[in-house]
Amino acid sequence: MDFLVVQFLTGLAGASSLFLVASGLSIIFGVTRIVNFAHGAFYMLGAYIAYTLTERWSGALGFWGGLIAAALAVAAIGALVEIVLLRRIYRAPELFQLLATFGVTLMVQDLSVLIWGPEDLVGRRAPGFRHSVDILGQSVPSYDLLLIALGPLVLGGLWLLFHKTRFGVLVRAATQDRDMVAALGVNQRWLFTGVFALGVFLAALGGALQLPRDAVSHTMDLRIIVEVFVVVVIGGLGSVGGAYLAALLVSELNAFGILVMPTISLVLVFLVMAVVLVVRPHGLFGKPEGPPRAAIGGLIRPWRPLSGAERLGMAALFAAAALLPLVAGSYVLSVGTEILIFALFAASLQLLMSAGGIASFGHAAYFGLGAYGAALGAKSLALPFPAALACGIALGTLGAAIFGWFCVRLSGVYFAMLTLAFAQIAWSVAFQWTSVTGGDNGLLGIWPPAWASSPAVFYWITLALAAAGVAAIRAIVFSPFGYALRAVRDSALRAEAIGIGRRGVQWTAFVIAGGFAALAGALFAFLKGSVFPDNLGIPLSVDGLVMVLLGGVETVSGAVVGALVYRALSVVLMSQTDYSKLVLGLFIVVLVVAFPRGIVGSLQALLPRLRRARASSIGAAALRPAE
Amino acid sequence: MKLQVSNLNAWYGPAHILFDLDLSVGEGEVVALLGRNGAGKSTTFKSLVGLLERRSGSIVYEGRELASRPTHEIARAGLGYVPEDRRIFTELTVEENLEVGRQPARPGAPVWTPEKLYALFPNLAAMRNRPGGRMSGGEQQMLTIARTLMGNPGLVLLDEPSEGLAPKIVEDMATAILAMKREGLSLLISEQNLHFARLISDRAVIIERGRVRFSGTIAELQANPEVKEAYLAV
Repeated sequence: MDFLVVQFLTGLAGASSLFLVASGLSIIFGVTRIVNFAHGAFYMLGAYIAYTLTERWSGALGFWGGLIAAALAVAAIGALVEIVLLRRIYRAPELFQLLATFGVTLMVQDLSVLIWGPEDLVGRRAPGFRHSVDILGQSVPSYDLLLIALGPLVLGGLWLLFHKTRFGVLVRAATQDRDMVAALGVNQRWLFTGVFALGVFLAALGGALQLPRDAVSHTMDLRIIVEVFVVVVIGGLGSVGGAYLAALLVSELNAFGILVMPTISLVLVFLVMAVVLVVRPHGLFGKPEGPPRAAIGGLIRPWRPLSGAERLGMAALFAAAALLPLVAGSYVLSVGTEILIFALFAASLQLLMSAGGIASFGHAAYFGLGAYGAALGAKSLALPFPAALACGIALGTLGAAIFGWFCVRLSGVYFAMLTLAFAQIAWSVAFQWTSVTGGDNGLLGIWPPAWASSPAVFYWITLALAAAGVAAIRAIVFSPFGYALRAVRDSALRAEAIGIGRRGVQWTAFVIAGGFAALAGALFAFLKGSVFPDNLGIPLSVDGLVMVLLGGVETVSGAVVGALVYRALSVVLMSQTDYSKLVLGLFIVVLVVAFPRGIVGSLQALLPRLRRARASSIGAAALRPAE
Repeated sequence: MKLQVSNLNAWYGPAHILFDLDLSVGEGEVVALLGRNGAGKSTTFKSLVGLLERRSGSIVYEGRELASRPTHEIARAGLGYVPEDRRIFTELTVEENLEVGRQPARPGAPVWTPEKLYALFPNLAAMRNRPGGRMSGGEQQMLTIARTLMGNPGLVLLDEPSEGLAPKIVEDMATAILAMKREGLSLLISEQNLHFARLISDRAVIIERGRVRFSGTIAELQANPEVKEAYLAV
């Protein structure tokens, strides 16, 4: 019993930092409608800068002053990011904002390694809070008690700020109706910058306060952001009170889950999140989102199936690709096979994003499940190669069916955050369930049978399957189901009025996309001969998004080109630099800001004369009632 | 002229809605913008305050060209906007709604305080701490006008103030508008209700399909049944 009380207190202490970060994310989202993926990066920066300052400045004043100064410094960096980057993309689709802020995350990761080194740093203990307090015969760190008190204090402070100051009242008003606030003479720009800086300050303070509790490391950004996404999904985006309650809930679940079974804590959190989402799709205190401001569909020119000549061209390209083994060595073939696999992966994601108008931030989950399914099928069940591939597809499809059932209940940013959280849960299971998945060591020795083991044959198999997959995805886009999917994307309301249910259609698309991603993953397992938790990780999910974006999100299958260019670039460029994340992050940010239409989209825009003859005018379709 | 709009064009996406609109409001004048549903009245207001992505033409207010300015600068110049759908901040109390609208006093424009506005709209005085979402339509209509007046504008764009209100509230609204006029405010009021417009306005401009079809005094409009029949009759 006493022990449980102490565990409860530990949970409360953990909730404070989580609440600080989550409330910052919520406040920023409320006003700017941006889900700031870089929030974890600001949290991490807060911890690193606090480490540096508290090492330099001595004494109690130096310590506490250092924490505050670190949070203020990061808030200033945040304001700079807002002014330089976010102002350009406030009206862009949500996907672009998530990607751009993820790009910032990547850059911060490499920069922090560059500045503070790759080692974990252990900071000073808090002066005056080095000892433990005896509670019911158990010792509790007094710093934990300070953190426990801090949570409600910050909650109260934020309440005062939002209800008793003009700034706070304007923020609440802008959360509901930004345009009306502008029409009343308020300059939104500075309001947005102020809100962003405030949210970043809270995140950085949350990070700085972890200094006496935990080592500072350059993986803490992704760890916290996933937890924070779970917290805001449960609590409801835009609600500070909801963030507090949900942070408590998640922290306590973690604290007690560890007692029951160390590996079960994430599953517990997941179960709670699932229940909350079924009962209250916008979280405990969330309100239904308005319609997304710029759905991807709004940008898209009318699509059409390939003409006869274009089909011939594709067949010629396919034939040329099939001839590659005659001229290339095994290294080039293995790179080529990898590109084909990622082309299929990216095309499956594109089905969701372009035709479905929904952006999954956890598409790697189905790729990874396919890889693990194939590996387990080949190793544990001793299935033959084709059956192992099928086993991978089955596992990935099953995962997509289950996760998708929850995800399609949401839309917009909630959808993106939930897909990310699910992918992270799948990653954790793969990472922690060592007896089945091998944990961090992965599963090794997954090779194709002798007849398929030569690089050329495996390349041909992959080429055939990937080409068939991409062709099938195209066919789906132009099938009656594809029309229904696009109808739901363009107007869920009107589609439902003619009898097309949004959830059913999107769920089906999610499962189909998951199945093709799983096929890609299964092939990848046999190409590499091994499977690791990385195959389900956030970076791979983002790779997929970048490929789609690079190819052109307004196109039907530009992702194939995107995958080709992106993988080829990463093979060439990444070998030249130690700071691959910095380069990639910068690349993503530039892509989002300067070339939002991608390669294929830009080419289409550059060749208007070719297209004008065929594309019908979109003017008539976009007419809206006046007034 | 307080406000001189010339050659105003506006678009929703690719759809052209307003065509070369000209209209003006004199100092202390109340002008009614009349027209049927869908004629382009609300679009005119939104494009005047810069809430549409694309517009062209000239909007001169007190001698200053505002057509290229962002929304908040137009508001700060003294052009107050009261939207048709009221757009009350439902989570905020009456007092807080007024606070959002507060701007410094402007030379040459009437100065409003919450107390003065509570006197103008007595219903609001009794519910200072009530959230905007828990008010009736008529109360919200008064609050949205009061909120805009807190910015001490020189000219108010009032979009269909009588729409959806009970006859008694419409009378109160007319009284309030006349009181605003007495304070020295200029007003441009869009209406479908000709009877209401006649009560409060000096001049009328009729638009149809985004083009001006008639412009003249209320008396001239009264003497011109063909115009009324062609552009206002339902």
